[in-house]
Amino acid sequence: MRKKVVCFALLAVAAAVMLAACGSSGKSSKKSSFVFASSADPVLLDPALVSDGESLRITNQIFESLVGFKLGGSEVEPQLATSWTPSNGGKSWTFKLRSGVKFSDGTAFNAAAVCFNYDRWYNFPAALQNAAVSYYWNTVFGGFAHPATGNPGPDKSLYKSCTTKGDNEVTLNLTRASSSFISAIGLPNFSIASPTALKKYDADAGTVDSTGVFHPTGSFATKNPVGTGPYMLQSWEPNVKLVLVSNPKYNGSKPSFTKVIYRAISDNAARLQALQSGEIQGMDYVAPQDYSTVQKDSSLQLLKRPVSSVGYIGLNQAKAPMNNPLVRQAVAHAIDKAAIVKAIYGQTGQVANQFLPPSLFGYAKSGVPDYAYDPAQSKALLQKAGLTLPVKIDFWYPTSVVRSYMPDPQRIFQAMQSNLNNAGFKVVPHSAQWSPDYLGGAQSGKYQMYLLGWIADYYDPQDFLNVHFGSETPLFGFNNPTLFAMLAKADAEPNAASRTQQYEQASIAVMKYLPVVPYAWGSSALALDKNIQGYVPGPIGPINEPWAKLKK
Amino acid sequence: MLRFIVRRLLLLVPILLGLSILVFGWVRALPGSPAQTLLGEHATPQAVEQIRHQYGLDKPLPIQYWDYLKTVSSGNLGTSIRSYRPVSYEIQHRFPATIELALGAMIFAIGIGIPLGFFAAKKYGSFFDQASLVGSLIGISIPIFFLGLVLKYIFAVRLGWLPSIGREDVLATRAHPTNLFILDSIIEGDPGAFWDAVKHLILPSIALGSIPLAIVTRITRAAVLDVQHEDYVRTARAKGLPPNEVDRRHVLRNALLPISTIIGLQTGLLLSGAVLTETVFQWPGIGSWLTQAIPNRDYPVLQGGILFVAIVFVLVNLVVDISYAIINPRIRLS
Repeated sequence: MRKKVVCFALLAVAAAVMLAACGSSGKSSKKSSFVFASSADPVLLDPALVSDGESLRITNQIFESLVGFKLGGSEVEPQLATSWTPSNGGKSWTFKLRSGVKFSDGTAFNAAAVCFNYDRWYNFPAALQNAAVSYYWNTVFGGFAHPATGNPGPDKSLYKSCTTKGDNEVTLNLTRASSSFISAIGLPNFSIASPTALKKYDADAGTVDSTGVFHPTGSFATKNPVGTGPYMLQSWEPNVKLVLVSNPKYNGSKPSFTKVIYRAISDNAARLQALQSGEIQGMDYVAPQDYSTVQKDSSLQLLKRPVSSVGYIGLNQAKAPMNNPLVRQAVAHAIDKAAIVKAIYGQTGQVANQFLPPSLFGYAKSGVPDYAYDPAQSKALLQKAGLTLPVKIDFWYPTSVVRSYMPDPQRIFQAMQSNLNNAGFKVVPHSAQWSPDYLGGAQSGKYQMYLLGWIADYYDPQDFLNVHFGSETPLFGFNNPTLFAMLAKADAEPNAASRTQQYEQASIAVMKYLPVVPYAWGSSALALDKNIQGYVPGPIGPINEPWAKLKK
Repeated sequence: MLRFIVRRLLLLVPILLGLSILVFGWVRALPGSPAQTLLGEHATPQAVEQIRHQYGLDKPLPIQYWDYLKTVSSGNLGTSIRSYRPVSYEIQHRFPATIELALGAMIFAIGIGIPLGFFAAKKYGSFFDQASLVGSLIGISIPIFFLGLVLKYIFAVRLGWLPSIGREDVLATRAHPTNLFILDSIIEGDPGAFWDAVKHLILPSIALGSIPLAIVTRITRAAVLDVQHEDYVRTARAKGLPPNEVDRRHVLRNALLPISTIIGLQTGLLLSGAVLTETVFQWPGIGSWLTQAIPNRDYPVLQGGILFVAIVFVLVNLVVDISYAIINPRIRLS
């Protein structure tokens, strides 16, 4: 009798497992839905109040900005504005708006809505002026109408005012000429939200609790983000899933996937296995070591983003002999960039010959000085500089950090150390914890030579070249008025073609002056189910990869 | 008994106070600051200073600790610096997931471990016994992370029988009144939801239960070996009780004492979160949440979460002690 009971129990368990298996292992039978996973949950869904890629990935599906970026590129193109013209020497920009556009709550999009949003950001209450909350307004526009103590005010602001002319024309007035601002306002952070919803759901209301953390008390950023984009939020269970459904009021072609589900899967291997088992149809940030696994899997496709970040060796001219151009050139000739990129970056990197990545306008296709790997040349340059070999240098690298431009800092450092020691230098190695020690040390000018890199805040040459070489900083310790003026002029140039040309010249000038030695451009990759079509990976990553264009 | 329980509960106060100082000190001893983590690599020193001021991080440590103690004692564990959600909300959603996983793992470990250990002892020295020993050695030594990935590769990626991540089908839209998904499905009377929750629980339970399984098997085997040579067992056999009756009433029952202790302790451990299993299976529990809070320097989460886990651990230990006394009345709690 007992044996029978045991047998029955075992059979029941087996049946349960079979039933579980038959219930389809999460493979979506619904063709109209698309499940995508990346490494983290969004923070909030109000694009003006976030700066992380995952929040912006989602808000970019819900909202639109005045201008957008070309798919797979960084060129500005019309979005909510159909055209724009600068006037007043680049201090006023007038936008013609698309007509017939509605927010997903049914209210009309018009010039007044644009001004409402810009004025909202400019008039943020003290809590939202926090640099961690409104990072991009702080970075791009730099000031508030009513600054809290210690915060930048109207005198520091690039934004001045917004005026409307009818429903379909709006002018943004600036305090000084800037052309990079057109690229900057294409960021999802400057998306236009429904003024009705912003007010109804108390977008700006929030408290600073006893530990000093700001968190919204309204529901705009968590439950009711309302924009003009192809999708709208259906539900969001933090740490579980976020569901978007197509926006019936969308003024464009209807997305083929009417439902998109976003999941955060922090572990790289778990994310890939979920894709392989069909539980998700797309994932971001494939680990470099998994590229070949995805490429060999006939049911998957690997989509590599164009390189968009730059890894460089920083040379601090405040610390001799780095102020000698011959020494800087000797460093450039000493590094075997190709070998380093091949061994450490694999398929995720490309050898860099200048600071600007090739996918960005302003990248110089020719005329860039070639600092080929040549240890003998390095030694000759050092001797020409009147130095006795070997030349002792303090070289710093960071620990506990991985970046697309620096996948393994220690190995990169070791390779460079050996290169430099063979080329007439004697490297004294130093390391520090990435944040805050290493960055703090580099930014305060403590290091003579160091590994660093840059991922753009917004994809404009200004955010690469002017930010680094547009003024004197302790990071590089040089004062080069000619270069500063050249970069300032390029940034202010309102004509796009001329601006591109000026930045090409500036990029060459930087490489001739050599304040840094760029050695690699880095990138990242996505993996998708083979049947998903229409995903265009772009240099600015998740913030310009619309799911509305996908189909099966 | 009551006095014992009250005394143990009162002891919680100094334990938690000491722990709160430890956690507070440890979190602040970590290199890096939340301000730097929040602002990222482009932060200016002014912005960092502003955030430090806003979060009260520029106050002297004793004052920061006093502020912290005041908020915690009012039942407010604070709000996550990273997710902006209250720590208590996160615990409410994550702890049920941890309970479900811990119970799944312990059911797997006990359901297999006790019979396995018992039969290994009964067949002492046989091939079966040796195999169970080797098996439990493998169970203890195999890294959970690796086991999880292998299980997923076989059952999710290759065979497609079981899901590899999460607690339920991603397309499901169900209500979760208790956040214990299996219990919820029973409350709602939804067999589909029940199977969905069970099949999501199978692989993580096996991975997490592998170590307790090995321990339970070995302890059971040793305990049964001990007990079956006792005088009273010999007497029971001598007086002609059927062998099964002897095993059930005299051997297993007495062997349960050390087994129950180890089960209690293991459950306590599992309830404090299973970082690796949660990470591999994307199980939204306590462990992975706390681990993630370290690189983010999420002070409120670290402080509140660790305090909560400590309370759970202390309470589970108390329950173990009480159950010990119930199973074995010879033990005097005083």
